[in-house]
Amino acid sequence: MNRRLTGRADARVPVGLVIPSVVGLGLLLLPLAGLVARVPWSRLGQILSSPAVLSALRLSLMTAAITTAVCVICGVPLAWLLARTELPGRSLLRGLVTVPLVLPPVIGGVALLVTFGRRGLLGEWLYETFGISLPFTTTAVVMAQSFVAMPFLVVAVEGALRTADRRFEDVAATLGASGWTTFRRVTLPAVAPGVLAGAVLSWARALGEFGATITFAGTFPGTTRTMPPAAYAAINSGDVQTAIVLSLLMIVVSVTVLVALRDRWVRTG
Amino acid sequence: MSLSANIAVARDGFRLEVALSVGAGEVVVLLGPNGAGKSTVLEVIAGLLRPTAGRLVCDEVVLFDTDAGVHLPPMDRQVGMVVQDYLLFPHMSALENVAFGLRARGVSRDAARAESASWLGRLGVAELARRRPNALSGGQAQRVALARALAVRPRILLLDEPLAALDAGTRPAVRSDLRRHLGGYEGSTLLVTHDPVEALVLADRIVVLENGSVVQQGPPVELAGRPRTDYVARVVGLNLLRGDATGRAARLIGGAPVVLPHGADGPVYMAFPPTAVTLSPSRPESSARNAWPGVVADLEQHGDLVRVTVDGIVPLLADVTPLAVAELSLQRGLPVWSSVKATEIEVYPA
Repeated sequence: MNRRLTGRADARVPVGLVIPSVVGLGLLLLPLAGLVARVPWSRLGQILSSPAVLSALRLSLMTAAITTAVCVICGVPLAWLLARTELPGRSLLRGLVTVPLVLPPVIGGVALLVTFGRRGLLGEWLYETFGISLPFTTTAVVMAQSFVAMPFLVVAVEGALRTADRRFEDVAATLGASGWTTFRRVTLPAVAPGVLAGAVLSWARALGEFGATITFAGTFPGTTRTMPPAAYAAINSGDVQTAIVLSLLMIVVSVTVLVALRDRWVRTG
Repeated sequence: MSLSANIAVARDGFRLEVALSVGAGEVVVLLGPNGAGKSTVLEVIAGLLRPTAGRLVCDEVVLFDTDAGVHLPPMDRQVGMVVQDYLLFPHMSALENVAFGLRARGVSRDAARAESASWLGRLGVAELARRRPNALSGGQAQRVALARALAVRPRILLLDEPLAALDAGTRPAVRSDLRRHLGGYEGSTLLVTHDPVEALVLADRIVVLENGSVVQQGPPVELAGRPRTDYVARVVGLNLLRGDATGRAARLIGGAPVVLPHGADGPVYMAFPPTAVTLSPSRPESSARNAWPGVVADLEQHGDLVRVTVDGIVPLLADVTPLAVAELSLQRGLPVWSSVKATEIEVYPA
């Protein structure tokens, strides 16, 4: 059976499929190979321990972690509202929630700036009432990352909620459980794999976030310069080696986390 | 403790109108074909479905009253529910499942665990306390689900096809256990099933639901002996005729005459078992017998006998021996006379 299948596949792969596949693979893998080929291995330790790289790494890990927490804390209840209630205009709301998925991140950054900037719709009030100025702060980094990352979590969790058997929640209600108890003890455990998947996607998206961050939070070393803007700044200032090391670092961090979590939430076929 | 319900539900062209009551300690079985609206009744009583109109009172407490605008949420109704696939929470052990309702009602963790363990013991599954639902057999899961429902001491116990998920081998044992446990329960039990054997074994009283209405209700003995609809007659295995009686003679809707065992007047039902029917090639010569001409429409094995479906002015079922099938050369399309002794017919007012 197995041999027959492989034999058949070997014999009949059309050239028309092979060539585009190889081109596609090349496009995906060659840049990574090129990057690895140019890693300045001899200076690796020195660059890695430079304050610029260390601070970007620390900031990236911290903001991505906070963003993931924000996404889970706000996104899971939002997904629940979208999946479980008869909210008026629910389908419109669902569409709006997913807009950041298709929006260029820079546009998200512009939108955040004109809303929360010092002259912004809410930002002006925040500044004049409380003296709070959000743009170009670490908080702004988290806001920018959350803006682009939360839809991933909401979509993943809402899907999990829709496929979960609601009759378990009915049983919990007949046993005397309040809505909150039912959510906490029955619904949440049932959709836990979806929450984990959504959190991982959000985290990965937050870690790689560049456009919205640089527009709304800028790129100040130590406070808003996460790894992607740091790599961009390095290459702009001609420090290609630092850019390469930062890139390698991001690849290692993302791949490590994804591989570590993969077995827990993805059924590999 | 008792329950009294008037329920009307209208949706998607389906109309359900049911009035029923369940006394304290009484087991009422809601019997009906698929799609009759049985589960809908349970959902309304549990509070999972809002009825179009109606009123439900349990022990003087109004659970819902559409006129008064009262609709208690499920969590405030003190209703226990066991459904066909049991729906044990998959991420909790059997003990945690049983403790869930107690914990939700504010019982401390230790007290809830102790009480749950005792419930599992009462249902004979104490040793399964630490198991996850996916490691339980159907019969075990049913007991745990029953323990979970009973642990919150519900005023009403609702069981939706509680034996349907079991295989035929374990069903009789679980059924008799269930009967024993229901016997010890003081609240009102309403059990839904489409299985007549389950209904006859478990019920103190059977309520038959067809197309959203109650068509007959009574103790199992009455239902089994005096069916009032074709559905009930079929599930209890009787032939059912309806006609107008004058003295010891009755005339069916189609005009066929029936000799009765005793005098009666007005609209009557006449019921008799398929084993009371004799088939013969020509008209039998006995005045004490009813005899109607017909045509064999179907033959099928039925236990040791062969069940013959006869079409004609009086359509009926006859159970005959394989020997009779051979002697009469019974086959589809063969004209036969069906005869029934008057004394075999149960006659009761329609």
